[in-house]
Amino acid sequence: MTTLIYEGHKVDVNPEGFLLDTAQWSPAVAEAIAEEVGITPLTERHWKVITFCREDAAREGQSPGLRRIAKLSGVDMKELYQLFPKGPGKLAARIAGLPKPTSCV
Amino acid sequence: MKNLIILGAGTGGTMVANRAARELPQGWAVTVIDPAETHLYQPGLLFLPFGARDEAKDQRPRRATLSPRVSWLQDEVRLVDTAARRIDLANGSPLHYDLLVIATGSHIHPEETEGMAGPGWGETIHDFYTLEGALRLRSALEKFRGGRVVIDVVEMPIKCPVAPMEFLFLADEYFLRRGLRKDVELVYATPLDGAFTKPTCSRQLSYLLERKEIRLETLFNAASVDGEARVLRSWDDREIPYDLLVSIPTHRGAAFLGASGLGNELDFVPTERHTLRAKKHEDLFVLGDATDLPSSKAGSVAHFQSEVLVANLLRTIRGESLEEGFDGHANCFIESGFGKALLIDFNYDVEPLPGHFPIPGIGPLTLLGESRFNHWGKLAFRPIYWNALLPGRPLPVSTRMSMRGKRTLKTLQTAA
Repeated sequence: MTTLIYEGHKVDVNPEGFLLDTAQWSPAVAEAIAEEVGITPLTERHWKVITFCREDAAREGQSPGLRRIAKLSGVDMKELYQLFPKGPGKLAARIAGLPKPTSCV
Repeated sequence: MKNLIILGAGTGGTMVANRAARELPQGWAVTVIDPAETHLYQPGLLFLPFGARDEAKDQRPRRATLSPRVSWLQDEVRLVDTAARRIDLANGSPLHYDLLVIATGSHIHPEETEGMAGPGWGETIHDFYTLEGALRLRSALEKFRGGRVVIDVVEMPIKCPVAPMEFLFLADEYFLRRGLRKDVELVYATPLDGAFTKPTCSRQLSYLLERKEIRLETLFNAASVDGEARVLRSWDDREIPYDLLVSIPTHRGAAFLGASGLGNELDFVPTERHTLRAKKHEDLFVLGDATDLPSSKAGSVAHFQSEVLVANLLRTIRGESLEEGFDGHANCFIESGFGKALLIDFNYDVEPLPGHFPIPGIGPLTLLGESRFNHWGKLAFRPIYWNALLPGRPLPVSTRMSMRGKRTLKTLQTAA
């Protein structure tokens, strides 16, 4: 476990940079993580996705997968790839302070 | 008479039906609904494309897999009305249930990806997750003389998440034996950030891909297939040309679950992770691939779940609180080619670790390492599946994952 300071907030992250405690998240932390992964600035479209991910995870108890985000957030797959290049599911989860969506091995 | 109805007689549904017929109290009838005449041993599909002629051994008449005390209705479910506890069927009259188990599995949907089910499907675009698909691919591979073979996972979740990797390892051996390996390029395109995504697996197993010269294309989310030009395209406009595309298409749960308001965006049923009860319905339980759980969609998982689920059916009947007995336990063989295999054993919280199984320090099976004995274990599993697993007889593997015989990250680091 590593403790990082984002914008004056203390945040515990795993080796891949995902928050260990989603309660330590704040919009300022999101901005800082986004900058670290090269997404600046976070636009209103980014926030639409991040807000959806946080609300959905709070409801469902797990990070939403990419298809779920594309279907329910109001931002389609093509745009998700423009907003969060390479791995939108993973990047959106990390910026939203949620665990990495994962597989078995 | 009260009715326990089980939808789907695959691995999970059959085990629950056979156990429930033995264990439910007097006054309960057990019925399974499944339209298919035969039960397919799905792990056998992996070997068919590479010349195995086991299709007869991989199938049994459904009736022979079910206890005489289980009624089997050969019909298709149209809708579940959870308020009225009624099931509408394609042919028969509606049925009333007192307790319902959903075990309708997951199925591939190539049409979810633009162009995949179009020109070239069944010729240069294949799957090995269906019997027809695996047999078609066997013929295609027999005729294949060289070029680029691309294995692509369209999106997660998929059944048996390690099967694409096993396919690659077996393809490497298959082409080598035919003297074609130098003329064949093997590419693995995955939406994940690596072939193995858990840290210990990645460290212990990445050498396999290098040794077998398999090219890896990560974070590749397939958007479309151009079957005429033979090009696979991702959402971020990367292109992979292929001569033969072996796709693991989008998986979905049964369509009637969506129509009945029971499914999520992929028609998987939101399920409580430790009790296996449906999140929104007290008289409804779910197991196997049909759940939305982060546990693997694999037969071993359905097996461990079936024990917890039947115990919780009994508790529900007696009016007791449910047992939080399912820990996400999975136990899977991974074929690595040339007569060897790996074994992995893990759960929701503990990643696959190296060691021995089931007896610590002895085995005979090796965890997270290649061995011949593991491969024999995988081959020996088919008769065990038919004769012990499906009838619901006890196997020497515990429902909950055990740490016995495993080396943890700490001991691994000390050893290094």
